[in-house]
Amino acid sequence: MRPSGLLGIEELSREEIQALLDRGRYYQPLQHESVKKLDVLHGRTIVNLFFEPSTRTRTSFQIAAKRLGADTISISAQGSSLSKGESLVDTLNTLAAMRPEAIVMRHSASGAPHFLARFLPTPIINAGDGTHEHPTQALLDALTILDYRSSLSGLRVAIIGDIAHSRVARSNVHLLAKFGVDLVLCGPAPLLPSELSTLAPGITLTTRMEEAVEGADVIMMLRVQLERQHETAFPKSEYFQFYGLRLEHVRLAHRDAIVMHPGPINRGREIASEVADFPRSVILNQVENGVAMRMAVLEQVVAQSADAYQQMARL
Amino acid sequence: MSSRLLIRNGRVVDPATGRDGPADVLVEDGRIAAVQPRLEAPDAAVIDASGLVVAPGFIDMHVHLREPGIEHAETIESGARAAAAGGFTSVCCMPNTIPVNDSDTVTSFIVERARRQALINVFPIGAITKESAGEQLADIGAMKEAGAVAISDDGQPVMNSRVMRRAMEYARSFGLTVIDHCEDLNLSAGGDMHEGATSTRLGLRGIPGAAEDVMVARDILLSRLTGARLHVAHISTRNSLDLVRQARAEGVAVTCEATPHHFALTDADIADYDSNYKMKPPLRSNGDAGAVLEGIADGTVDAIATDHAPHTGSAKMQEFERCPFGITGLETALGLTLEKLVHTGRIALAHMVKVFTTGPARALGLDRGTLAAGAPADITIFSLDRDWIFDANQSQSKSKNTPFHLRRFRGGPAVTIAGGRIVWDHRGT
Repeated sequence: MRPSGLLGIEELSREEIQALLDRGRYYQPLQHESVKKLDVLHGRTIVNLFFEPSTRTRTSFQIAAKRLGADTISISAQGSSLSKGESLVDTLNTLAAMRPEAIVMRHSASGAPHFLARFLPTPIINAGDGTHEHPTQALLDALTILDYRSSLSGLRVAIIGDIAHSRVARSNVHLLAKFGVDLVLCGPAPLLPSELSTLAPGITLTTRMEEAVEGADVIMMLRVQLERQHETAFPKSEYFQFYGLRLEHVRLAHRDAIVMHPGPINRGREIASEVADFPRSVILNQVENGVAMRMAVLEQVVAQSADAYQQMARL
Repeated sequence: MSSRLLIRNGRVVDPATGRDGPADVLVEDGRIAAVQPRLEAPDAAVIDASGLVVAPGFIDMHVHLREPGIEHAETIESGARAAAAGGFTSVCCMPNTIPVNDSDTVTSFIVERARRQALINVFPIGAITKESAGEQLADIGAMKEAGAVAISDDGQPVMNSRVMRRAMEYARSFGLTVIDHCEDLNLSAGGDMHEGATSTRLGLRGIPGAAEDVMVARDILLSRLTGARLHVAHISTRNSLDLVRQARAEGVAVTCEATPHHFALTDADIADYDSNYKMKPPLRSNGDAGAVLEGIADGTVDAIATDHAPHTGSAKMQEFERCPFGITGLETALGLTLEKLVHTGRIALAHMVKVFTTGPARALGLDRGTLAAGAPADITIFSLDRDWIFDANQSQSKSKNTPFHLRRFRGGPAVTIAGGRIVWDHRGT
């Protein structure tokens, strides 16, 4: 039996996503309480396994697990036995043998969690795999949009930047398309392969910023992932000139349009400082919602796997 | 004392002599003695081939046997055994061993090891350049004298067009075919699968079809320039097939082979980042796979070859992007070809036998692939209807990296005879 977990958005139904978003919303007010710790996952163990550097996602998962009352262990690639030549499967099996309730994993290889899920009894929560998916980011982004709009359906969302290498873009495309969002993907041509339009229904591609932001309800900026560029796919020096978000662009968008960015932001590269700091920039709201959303995900994944164990015990 | 073997009541299909019909085959001292209906040979051992097809021994002109150097994945002995089980009586092994087969010393080692340990014929392919590094030409003439039947730098194709030109000129003077794994390494760099909708969805880096096409075009032009015989390995795209088709029409000495996986699977079949679907060239689009079937049917493709590339389980049990390229193929080639080409009516049975026999033999100038009297008694007897399931765990290969585990087949190898000796017998299993 395939363990439950959260590998990606693509394979989830709209209803499953809605249930997670509802639960995320339920955990939002807690973030403003002075005492934030619950006992939902009391006595449960969550392993955070990060094979790539990460500040916000890792901290966010850690805090989410602690606020649910779980015990958390955090492992980074440097300290792991992978640097001693152990294979990923062996490392994960070793961790799984210590019976954590879930493993939160980030890895630089696309599909690494999907590959492991075929062999591992422990549910895996994908905290970003290569250039494939980053499901909790898309969920927290949706939760953030819903703080400003009553529903996702019918919105126009522009995602701008290094689409080809972005797991955030892929997860957002899958999620938003399932809710009937009108999606525009924009970036330099070499970072915008035409096949992107086959990811989901309702996608248009453009290499022109002005076209992308026109009438947009949401402008989602992406970082240029220089660490994933294996070549010079575009002239770096003129990136900001053609693909940096400035106030003049925001004026072309819907008058209540919000500006999002999964972070870390590079001021002056993909986003002007004036935009990053202006009132309708919701970048920090995204970070805040990350904790609530990941609490919902952790809770659901652990509950599902407990159900699965009980079912197996009954059989 | 002479040993005699009589194969009775089979349907003999021998494209080299144009025969297709019921006949008996008499083997004497390792050679074909006679092929005709109702032969009598009272002292001969008899194989009853009723309901079976009797064909010249199949030749797989593209395999990796991993010996010397990578014996934990395959050996000449185990690879030859897998070939025999798959109905092949001859294989040509690529030079990417450790050390690379770039000298007569290594070629002789392979020939000698095969003579002692292999159930079937093993013909080495020498490297084009030393260590297949793409710079200095290997000892091409000496390798030919030691038994090499062609030259290729297979997985590390010669990127320098000037070196390739010289290699072609030199190989031509020794009557050797130059086999190229056509891949522009700059275009394909970092890629793990075919570039298309699936790679975009999976977030895997793509290898565009053009990486193959530009090298096929270059090689055809160089073959035209030098007059050398060029053979395109594992052709996988519609454009490359068009290039070969057109060049051939214009009289260029170019042949090509296709693998069963490139017509039986597409990039869309890659599931759950399973590296048993990872090879080079990668599984292409549906349109490309269809073009390979068309190319086989219209005769553009001369040979079906497996590119049998064994890797140990641990090498393939990794993140997709870390896994080596290649899958095994010797034991599933015939079943897949029957399934996709013969049972569907796309090609006649005789045409299928051709791409497994005279096609590869002519591409390399091998004196094999016929049941004519006096020819070496390499014979493949196969069934058109045996219902069987391929279980990778029962494979004769030392490696199990195949996407066809537990696939059900209709028809497959029955008896494999190499040099007059029964080397594999599936009957009763």
